Amino acid sequence: MSELLVQERSVVVPGESLAQGMDFLPGDNAYREKDQIYSKVLGLVSVSGRVIKITPLSGPYLPKIEDKIIARVMDITISGWRFDTSTAYSAMLNVRDATTRFVKKEEDLSQILAIGDYAVVKIVNVTSQNLIDLTMKEPGLRKISGGRIISINCQKVPRVIGRQGSMITLIKDKTGCDITVGQNGLVWIKGTQEGELMAGKAIKLIEAKSHLEGLTEKMEKFLGESA
Amino acid sequence: MVYNKRVDGRKIDELRPMEAKAGVVKNANGSASFKIGKTWAIAGVYGPREVVPRFMANPKHGILRCHYTMMPFSGSGERIKPGRSRRAQEISMVMEQSLAPVVDLSAFPNSVVDIFVELPQTDAGTRCAAISAACIALADAGIPMKDMVSSVAVGQVDGAVVADLNYNEESYPAIVSDIPVAMLHNTKEISLLQMDGEISKEDLLKALELAKVATEKVYQLQVKALKEKYAVNNEDN
Repeated sequence: MSELLVQERSVVVPGESLAQGMDFLPGDNAYREKDQIYSKVLGLVSVSGRVIKITPLSGPYLPKIEDKIIARVMDITISGWRFDTSTAYSAMLNVRDATTRFVKKEEDLSQILAIGDYAVVKIVNVTSQNLIDLTMKEPGLRKISGGRIISINCQKVPRVIGRQGSMITLIKDKTGCDITVGQNGLVWIKGTQEGELMAGKAIKLIEAKSHLEGLTEKMEKFLGESA
Repeated sequence: MVYNKRVDGRKIDELRPMEAKAGVVKNANGSASFKIGKTWAIAGVYGPREVVPRFMANPKHGILRCHYTMMPFSGSGERIKPGRSRRAQEISMVMEQSLAPVVDLSAFPNSVVDIFVELPQTDAGTRCAAISAACIALADAGIPMKDMVSSVAVGQVDGAVVADLNYNEESYPAIVSDIPVAMLHNTKEISLLQMDGEISKEDLLKALELAKVATEKVYQLQVKALKEKYAVNNEDN
């Protein structure tokens, strides 16, 4: 007889028993030991059919192909740039993936991206050793100029963006800022001084309250009060 | 003389009053404070991040690195010399080894997870407090772990098997043994077992049975600390 031992959307700790019996399957961040399923991280339970998965409440960013991230140039090499992705791993951007125009052999690469510059880039390849290749040759991918960058926990990025971008659109509308959220947890906010501050505060608030329900209403109230 | 009344009036299997909180260091990726009696440990977890020095990196999986430090004013007498001592190095090593069986860093090759543990106040049982705090901090940091590790000392004071010795008991003028134990919650596997002093085989087995009950109490508190951080009505997170 199989039995679920935890409630949907409850907080579980690593090693907590989630279900008994073979009728359930371990999903993301869960594992099976004999006939029990255990959690592997601190997170929220979500059950869909027979699969139990855990949505982490915190944790490191794992680079994935197709992810749009915000990264900082940490070094310039012979054929491109090395980026700090705010993870344990640096990423490479090749010259031919950086710009559509022709770059001459002797050209100074720091004229395109200098050390310390931030850019919105996309991950095109990740190896088993987490070596990352980037591209900047798609619409929306570019060097960052102006505005400010704040850092949040990468596990909260989906909540900051919201369903079909509802949350981020709300903040953009209320503050009049241009906001880009990188999957690695860096957020670029550009607008007026007050707008940037407001948007930054709003995003930090979402990060803190993301595990609670009724988040959109809370945000509407927060932004409405101050706007 | 038989030791049937403990120095601080506790029952023989009673732990000192404990307190734990997750997320006390905002700059860290995960953190925790753990108090047991007068012993107080604060743990901060950073990472996974790039390994420095590079030769320590392991291309197969991430590594765990502990840094145990007693604060200069933490003892009850002499100033503790800051920095790494032989003792601090040993405790850092046993901490790494006691946490290693649960931490799964296979997804993070060539990286390191650093755990810093500072002790503002000490009264015996520091390595146990440090491990218990470090485990809460690791979970708070979202590091994949297959289980929790809880640690507490057991021992024998003048013929009586007791749990969680304080400094006065460790230095009791009789035959005393102090056995720090760390245990995985689900399997009850022992990941730390050291001993100071003398104990008979029978008493050791009795002490280890007592350790099972005692670490379970620590585990309950660790879980409570982690869940409290995400409680619905918790305003300060």
